[in-house]
Amino acid sequence: QQPAQFTNPETPGYVGFANLPNQVHRKSVKKGFEFTLMVVGESGLGKSTLINSLFLTDLYPERIIPGAADKIERTVQIEASTVEIEERGVKLRLTVVDTPGYGDAINCRDCFKTIISYIDEQFERYLHDESGLNRRHIIDNRVHCCFYFISPFGHGLKPLDVEFMKAIHNKVNIVPVIAKADTLSLKERERLKKRILDEIEEHGIKIYHLPDAESDEDEDFKEQTRLLKASIPFCVVGSNQLIEAKGKKVRGRLYPWGVVEVENPEHNDFLKLRTMLITHMQDLQEVTQDLHYENFRSERLKRGNR
Amino acid sequence: PHAGPVDSKNEAAMSELVPEPRQKPVVPMKPMGINTSLLGYIGIDTIIEQMRKKTMKTGFDFNIMVVGQSGLGKSTLVNTLFKSQVSRKSSGWNREEKIPKTVEIKAIGHVIEEGGVKMKLTVIDTPGFGDQINNENCWEPIEKYINEQYEKFLKEEVNIARKKRIPDTRVHCCLYFISPTGHSLRPLDLEFMKHLSKVVNIIPVIAKADTMTLEEKTEFKQRVRKELEVNGIEFYPQKEFDEDLEDKTENDKIRQESMPFAVVGSDKEYQVNGKRVLGRKTPWGIIEVENLNHCEFALLRDFVIR
Repeated sequence: QQPAQFTNPETPGYVGFANLPNQVHRKSVKKGFEFTLMVVGESGLGKSTLINSLFLTDLYPERIIPGAADKIERTVQIEASTVEIEERGVKLRLTVVDTPGYGDAINCRDCFKTIISYIDEQFERYLHDESGLNRRHIIDNRVHCCFYFISPFGHGLKPLDVEFMKAIHNKVNIVPVIAKADTLSLKERERLKKRILDEIEEHGIKIYHLPDAESDEDEDFKEQTRLLKASIPFCVVGSNQLIEAKGKKVRGRLYPWGVVEVENPEHNDFLKLRTMLITHMQDLQEVTQDLHYENFRSERLKRGNR
Repeated sequence: PHAGPVDSKNEAAMSELVPEPRQKPVVPMKPMGINTSLLGYIGIDTIIEQMRKKTMKTGFDFNIMVVGQSGLGKSTLVNTLFKSQVSRKSSGWNREEKIPKTVEIKAIGHVIEEGGVKMKLTVIDTPGFGDQINNENCWEPIEKYINEQYEKFLKEEVNIARKKRIPDTRVHCCLYFISPTGHSLRPLDLEFMKHLSKVVNIIPVIAKADTMTLEEKTEFKQRVRKELEVNGIEFYPQKEFDEDLEDKTENDKIRQESMPFAVVGSDKEYQVNGKRVLGRKTPWGIIEVENLNHCEFALLRDFVIR
């Protein structure tokens, strides 16, 4: 967005604080942004591929996929990878927190303990730093957003999905995502989305709500926000492979019966998800700070120093 | 008159214990070679026609069980296999039904007819398998059901006055649906197949295979086959029942190259190149279920039925 034009300093009565947003903007650009995205879902739902597609990078270069026999003994792990992405002078320090092992075990009863502990630990650390003497360089490792992957193969939410989301909806912004959406026809997608939304409401699960566009925003932005809100949960397809389709190279998946284009809005909601994430990164951080962190903080301080 | 030497002492003693031994044939039979040419047409080959007529009159019993997490397309696939509405999906099952809390066994019988041959087909569904948070021992109700059918049959078999045709409710075949994660088997898949491959013919299938490209399919199948082998899981056709070399070669090819079949099911028809085909319609093309370039449904059908 263009920085707001400031009025002529010669105008009588002009003080100059209209320039403040630009100063903040410049400072932020210099400082850079920090964003932590947690990714949760059973193995094989397309999480890593989607993350790589979203940020046009390979966050998992030396990945070894374990076999079923190995998975039997494993518990849920937390793996955080950080990348620094720069675009037009703006630096983003992006941390992706992976949770391999989630949903794989035969008995998933304890599957979310590790994840909840991790989220709480980051809040704890921030609280500690905030209350400390030297508060100049607090690193914000709090989880700002959690992409929860729902299987496209089921008929809606599974018992594990419901339990997990209820356990973290007061701690983190949940964005439900359906990956591998190319397995669903358009009708099946609509039906699945509706079913999931109904079940989310039925169980009282609080997912992240995009704020409505301000009344002074332009019509395009308002329309875009409306469209985004109507498409949740997003049905996406991820890929970083370039395929030849209709004479040009696109990112997609090549099947014997056709090509699925990742960036084609008629094929899936990938672009919508990306737009949502990018345009609401700041809001996601704000809600984490103002709502989830404050919740944690008040609970924690009430409990006293344990 | 006896043709051979007789031990008179023993003959008397023997006739008290066992009934009179059968008279030896008057004309001693010369051993017949395979190449013995008959002097004329006898009509022995009509026995095949006689058997066929008999079978048509009595019909077949076929009991097929389907096991797998909810939403993997089990009901649709069974309907596609038998080209009729024979699954749980079609007998008043409501798609909006909740996942049951424990594994249920639901057997639905239909009589279908083709070319004068009647088949009493029973589809045994197992809703609730693998859908809970804690899936420990969820195969037990299934194992119990299978053994109960064996028990029932045995009871009838050992009866003194037993029925001419014992109703056969034994499970002849169990289709196990593997989720197309593209990674590996899940711990639950291994546990189920380890326990049940000893009591029933398991045919593993990869469900909703339209979610994988050709390369992904080949890789996944290889990995699954290896995992099954490493864990000593004997799926149908089992090596120990290979009758002769011809059988073995044919079965080896199926075991080592084709299985597990990556399938797509559908009960909807679309027009493709002037023909009506069973398929799935997507914005990027129509997936033809019976097209071997698209998926291996036809292989599974031929394997199971023909």
